[in-house]
Amino acid sequence: MHIQDKTLTPPNVDTESVNGRSDQRAVQGGWLKQGVWAIAAVTMVLLVALPWIAPYFYIFIATEVLILGLLAASFNLVFGYTGMLSFGHAAFYGIGSYAVAMLLQSFQWPLLACLLVAVVVATILALIIGFFCVRLNEVYFAMLTLAFGMMVFSIAHQWRSVTNGSDGIAGFTVGSFGLGINLQLGNPSVYYHVVLVIVVAASALLYLICRSSFGLILRAIRQNPERVAFCGINVRAYRLAAFTVAGAFAGLAGGLMAPFLRIASPELLHWSMSAEPVLMTILGGSGYFLGPFVGAGMFVLLETWITSMTQAWMLVLGIILAFMVMFFRRGLLGTILDWILERK
Amino acid sequence: MSSLGLALLNSLDIGLLLFIIAVGLNIVFGVLNVINFAHGALYMLGAYLAFSCINVLGMPFWLTLLVAPLGVALLAVLIDRFMLRFVYQREVTDSLLLTFALLLILNESVRMIWGTGIHVVEPPALLQGTVMLPGGVRYPLYSLFVILAGGLVLFGLWFLFNKTRAGKIMRAAALDRDMAQVLCINTRLVITGVFAFGAWLAAVGGVVAAPMRAIDPGMGDKIIIESFIVVVIGGLGSFPGALLGAIVLGLIHGLGGRFLPEVNLMLPFVGMAIVLLLKPHGLLGRRAST
Amino acid sequence: MMAGTETDIILQAKNVGKRFGGVAAVADVDLDVYRHETLAIIGPNGAGKTTFYNLLSGRMQPTSGTILFEGQDITGMPPHRISRLGISRSFQINNIFEEMTVRENVEVAVTALRGDGRRWANLASRNVAVQDEADELLSRLSLSALSDQRAGVISYGDKRLVEIAVVLATRPRLVLLDEPTAGMTPDETQRVVQLIKSLGNSGDYTFVITEHDMNVVFGLADRILVMHRGQRLVLGTPEEVRAHPEVRRAYLGTADEEMAP
Repeated sequence: MHIQDKTLTPPNVDTESVNGRSDQRAVQGGWLKQGVWAIAAVTMVLLVALPWIAPYFYIFIATEVLILGLLAASFNLVFGYTGMLSFGHAAFYGIGSYAVAMLLQSFQWPLLACLLVAVVVATILALIIGFFCVRLNEVYFAMLTLAFGMMVFSIAHQWRSVTNGSDGIAGFTVGSFGLGINLQLGNPSVYYHVVLVIVVAASALLYLICRSSFGLILRAIRQNPERVAFCGINVRAYRLAAFTVAGAFAGLAGGLMAPFLRIASPELLHWSMSAEPVLMTILGGSGYFLGPFVGAGMFVLLETWITSMTQAWMLVLGIILAFMVMFFRRGLLGTILDWILERK
Repeated sequence: MSSLGLALLNSLDIGLLLFIIAVGLNIVFGVLNVINFAHGALYMLGAYLAFSCINVLGMPFWLTLLVAPLGVALLAVLIDRFMLRFVYQREVTDSLLLTFALLLILNESVRMIWGTGIHVVEPPALLQGTVMLPGGVRYPLYSLFVILAGGLVLFGLWFLFNKTRAGKIMRAAALDRDMAQVLCINTRLVITGVFAFGAWLAAVGGVVAAPMRAIDPGMGDKIIIESFIVVVIGGLGSFPGALLGAIVLGLIHGLGGRFLPEVNLMLPFVGMAIVLLLKPHGLLGRRAST
Repeated sequence: MMAGTETDIILQAKNVGKRFGGVAAVADVDLDVYRHETLAIIGPNGAGKTTFYNLLSGRMQPTSGTILFEGQDITGMPPHRISRLGISRSFQINNIFEEMTVRENVEVAVTALRGDGRRWANLASRNVAVQDEADELLSRLSLSALSDQRAGVISYGDKRLVEIAVVLATRPRLVLLDEPTAGMTPDETQRVVQLIKSLGNSGDYTFVITEHDMNVVFGLADRILVMHRGQRLVLGTPEEVRAHPEVRRAYLGTADEEMAP
């Protein structure tokens, strides 16, 4: 075994970690990196084999976790990497859902074509909303994203002629996949595998973006935007770019969700939906790329468990979010990985 | 009185009520540098408490106006002491996250305690009915009371900030928290006090609004969006800005509701977008851009 | 420490002023900075030198006057555009990326310089061109040993040096340093002074420094601008400044040794 001690930092009294201010870390170097890859490989195998090794019910859980994980990861590009807290991310997720639902209902297009449209539409919306929101500081940004998100919700809710109002768009079925590939998308197991492939591919792309030079600048912007500006970077443009890219991936997630839920309704655009990627990211940890995915898993499992016992799911959600923000700001994965990295 | 005049009166009515609520949001931001996402929920809590006090406990309206906001203010003190104090020293997004969590908690708690139905509160006997205005139009007496209440709050706040020591302390803490601490102003107390004061204002707005509006679990969401728009239009952290923003939004609602009912829902957002394009810091705001 | 010819003016401030409400923090300051010189801005507290410095670097907009860089009007330009023109500045506090490694700090600046920020599909950790340039700069400043340390945990003096590395990484022609030796031990101060001297001699740099430490000022500066009450009091060589009666008067009340050579 070949130990490359590249970037592991020495243990330190890390008040910033405790407070949650810690940069995105790539788990690099030595046995730890190999360990992470091993776990990832095993997880992939398990995910692929899921329909054959787990009870039928878990296919639905897993599909939901994957899609919401992508949504949360897209949110984290804006939040964990670029340092902007958006409370309106559901707008792009929801519009992606509506795009796919409408296309399937009216034209029965192949899924891939619908998803492409979903991404394009979400990107355009993110560009427009982002343009208004990124010009101002973080407090304004949080406020404005909430407001604009709710504006989109209001439109969907009121515009009966197009969106069917509060009833939403339903009664569509998924037809073909596209590209001549013949798949029984109506079969949950098949749809699950399709979602798995698309989410893994999209996540890989998102990860590449996060670890690129562009991602480096984003991380710098989060930590010290003024310093970055004085290096010659147009901070506002980069923030808008991050916001737009995140919106695109959220739109993809929404597009994948529509056939799964078989309905696109205004609730997908409400701020309470925007709260979900926020919570998932905090649960798993905003400091690592996989944090939001872990958080999505925790979220769905929690939701399944708690809604079986009580109606007050939002209350529990709020309490958990408050608790995590106050005491476990780095999230589950974040706290674990921080602990491991610090001990080296 | 013409249709326009009536619309303007409506605007004043809506606007001043909005002012009571939005100014609390602004004050809290001014001193704590945090937007309290749960501010609308506190307003809603004030309205629901008014319902319980009046309809369930049989309290008179005037006593409720005294008691209910104090109850909400007390809750705010507890929230500050047991939750917010953990995140004040951290970056501001943590405070935003926490108030957002609070929003979820309060919203659901209200739903659980009072149910999801609509509740109604009658105006006090003294203020029921309508009054004849010049021009031969009848206008609800209670709405005039709301305008009066808004004016009182406005005057009271102006007096507080400019003429009293407490107000000066708040302004000092808003300008420079560290300096205020050096001057031996107990900033911890100021922070708790301001947060409670903001909550108190929101609840007053809720009690005042209760006889006028349907009390339902969605009213908090509606008002917080409106407050955001007020604050964006007027400028975050600006007291006259809150008034201006509230009046503008009141005008949009009043005139829009009368003359452009189809797009009435979108108008506030359009107004906000226009202000953001032309004067991002708000019409009267201080520097806010990155 | 070579002063350029009188005609080669790299930065020009004309009638620059900054008012905050009714108070003029800076009023009517004229300054010509010659290429390749090292100019120090000094003045007692409240003299407006920090404000003036912020105006020169684009962190604040002047309420009156113009600022020209290499003949081009940069008044009111946003910081990122000013930086792209060839000006770079340091800050007194909150000046680097505490959560990144030292090397990554410099990489950010190099990435910005090269326009690599637009590359979204590469791996920043494999961007050899950027890393090499960062490593080269770090070794020039004798910071290589700290390359993989998180910038937040190194000593204060080292942090300021890292910041200088970040400042230099964008290959500026004009370098503005805000109290570069503030809070440093005598050893660290010497290190920075030597660094600025050697950079001034060897590279295409012009330095404008604000400073409180008179030893540093008189050791480094070709010319000194003394500010008082927001206005320019004296602009001249160290000898001229030291001998100037008004300067002594402005500093009255401060310890004598502050003015000693």
